Amino acid sequence: MSFNASAKLWQKKDLLGIKDLSAQEIGLILETAESFKEISTREIKKVPTLRGKTVVTLFYEASTRTRTSFEIAAKRLSADTINISVSTSSVVKGETLLDTALNLQAMEPDILILRHNASGAPNMLAKALRASVINAGDGFREHPTQALLDMMTVREKKGDLRGLLLAIVGDIAHSRVARSNIYGFTKMGARVRVVAPPTLIPRGIESLGVEVCHHLLEGIRGADVVMALRIQKERLQGAFFPSEREYSRFFGLSRRVLEQAAPEALVMHPGPMNRGVEISPDVADGPFSVILDQVTNGVAVRMAVLYLLAGGIRGEDLH
Amino acid sequence: MRICIKGARLIDPSQGMDGPADIWIREGLVETICRAGSSLPGATEHTRVLDAKGKVVVPGLVDMHVHLREPGQEYKETIQTGTMAAAAGGVTSLACMPNTDPVADHGAVIEFVLHQAQKNGSVRVHPVGAITKGLKGEALSEIGELREAGAVAISDDGKSVGNALVMRRAMEYARGFGLPVISHCEDKSLSGQGVMNEGEVSLELGLRGIPALAEEVMVARDLLLAEWTGCHLHIAHVSTAGSVRLIRDAKARGVKVTAEATPHHLILTQEAVRQWDTDTKVNPPLRTQQDVEALQEALRDGTIDVIATDHAPHARVDKEVEYDFAAFGISGLETLVGLTLMLVERGVLDLQEWVRKLSCNPARILGIKAGTLAPGSPADLVILDPESSWKVDPARFYSKGKNTPFKNWTLRGRVLHTMVGGRTVYNLES
Repeated sequence: MSFNASAKLWQKKDLLGIKDLSAQEIGLILETAESFKEISTREIKKVPTLRGKTVVTLFYEASTRTRTSFEIAAKRLSADTINISVSTSSVVKGETLLDTALNLQAMEPDILILRHNASGAPNMLAKALRASVINAGDGFREHPTQALLDMMTVREKKGDLRGLLLAIVGDIAHSRVARSNIYGFTKMGARVRVVAPPTLIPRGIESLGVEVCHHLLEGIRGADVVMALRIQKERLQGAFFPSEREYSRFFGLSRRVLEQAAPEALVMHPGPMNRGVEISPDVADGPFSVILDQVTNGVAVRMAVLYLLAGGIRGEDLH
Repeated sequence: MRICIKGARLIDPSQGMDGPADIWIREGLVETICRAGSSLPGATEHTRVLDAKGKVVVPGLVDMHVHLREPGQEYKETIQTGTMAAAAGGVTSLACMPNTDPVADHGAVIEFVLHQAQKNGSVRVHPVGAITKGLKGEALSEIGELREAGAVAISDDGKSVGNALVMRRAMEYARGFGLPVISHCEDKSLSGQGVMNEGEVSLELGLRGIPALAEEVMVARDLLLAEWTGCHLHIAHVSTAGSVRLIRDAKARGVKVTAEATPHHLILTQEAVRQWDTDTKVNPPLRTQQDVEALQEALRDGTIDVIATDHAPHARVDKEVEYDFAAFGISGLETLVGLTLMLVERGVLDLQEWVRKLSCNPARILGIKAGTLAPGSPADLVILDPESSWKVDPARFYSKGKNTPFKNWTLRGRVLHTMVGGRTVYNLES
């Protein structure tokens, strides 16, 4: 597949969520990412593909992994990158998100990457801006590049997503990673099961085409992939479960628990991990853990997304 | 000078009237109603004639749930702009909510509102006083003083009185003064930081949900308290099928309860939120199709007595932000007639019932002189063209609040002329 051909298959201005993507579009991003992955293993990890393009990351929430991953991805494609971290919310700061974005727009960036604690914030910007908007995680809604890197990782290890069973364990209610992965894996032909106490599962989630299970052992039985989600300690105040100790006892991934899963089941985690709470250290570092592969693939996926949105062509092709 | 509105179809359920008539007005009052085309015996004075053939005349609408924002938030709305919007919407009397700054929890604020309304207002303004001081839900306002100053009801609208004992005392005390208690039913511990209805759509949009339960738990509590205290309870902006069921049962038991629904809860569902238009953010939130159908059925069977707008104007800066941070509310006065006539067109109401829900019933609940064109009544009326179509353009609203999810909708049914006490306060042509 040539890069020029792939750019034509991609029609969207923005990447706001996996829900908006077709299986074909997901496949295109994953294939593009697979071919980009090799660049990161070269001695000179840089191609001129996005030379002269400007990429702005605008982060309203703390994030090391995602922001760095996007920045590395952009730099490996030779784009100019600018990082803006807003530690407090726009409301507290006085300037509205829209005004901030319009000011940035006036400086003509090509791509704006937004991480925001309010669901739908990237959708609002996408409507208002000429620049392409990439959602780097919004509220509880979507985290599309995370789901893409998860799918890429599973594809790498298992060959194909069709027919696989993915079990997502943890705080489904407040997880954008869970939503994006549910959309992504089901579109690509996998089955998804969500596993958590009822307080952490939104009512009506069956409508997204997933199975629901409230018991860990049953929930991961036969799963080809087991994905643990981070328990956000700040949520304990909401009385979603009695204590970390109890959560860990009933919903923590351990070696013993993993015996229920399919042989050679992959263990995933979007990070950052609470070792000893949702996942025991020996599982996190165990033979079937692909947690660091996820991080590696994150760069490739983000390169692919930047490339497709910028309508980029390879520098070599210019001559 | 006399005024005669000639040849209109007059619909006035208070007199059991529906047919062509001439309405004679003198000194701000309805003088008499004659068969269309007949002359008034002894009428020698100069008469201004309004030809209203093919049009409909109804008693001026009474909107018992309006936020005028003055004092304190004049950048959102003032008594002048809000009452002008009311006039343009066919509303001749309105009740305004006490969540101003300062809160209308003492007589002086009520007097200020009445004074401003008299000076700058286009329509009749009836203030609602606060149930508790500062809307804090703790100590009762000076309810007697509020009534003396001119309050027609009490409410902590925008918030629920969370403490059941305080609500019980408020109801007992208000009953003694003959004031209805208007309740915003929301259990804050259940609604939390929610911004839309909890369900399928909030799940997909990743927005915090407000369950139907948050409203229903409070409706159930307040109905029990009303039954216990004998107070007249009026439930504001009912939005769920469960609330409807509870109110219907209470009415059947003889509890003194009335209820209202808004046009937006009767027409829109949570699906509207998918567009990320913050003008769809409203409290209580837009619910499901089943809820909308239950509300419409409740209008038909009388469980819901009143349609009120909950007119909640906001400035652009309050709405042009992330959905989570946007203010709750819809600017509703100027779309009231067009939206509610949609319910007539869909067969939910006939025009007689429409007038009852929008004029007679709210006037009765508030105990104000309105909702009728019987001879001797104030000549508060609206001339409508039920057939005329128009496009909702918020830029043309008189209200400062341009926040409507109905922008660019084409509505059928238009206010042509609004009169308060025989004086024209709105005329489409001018």
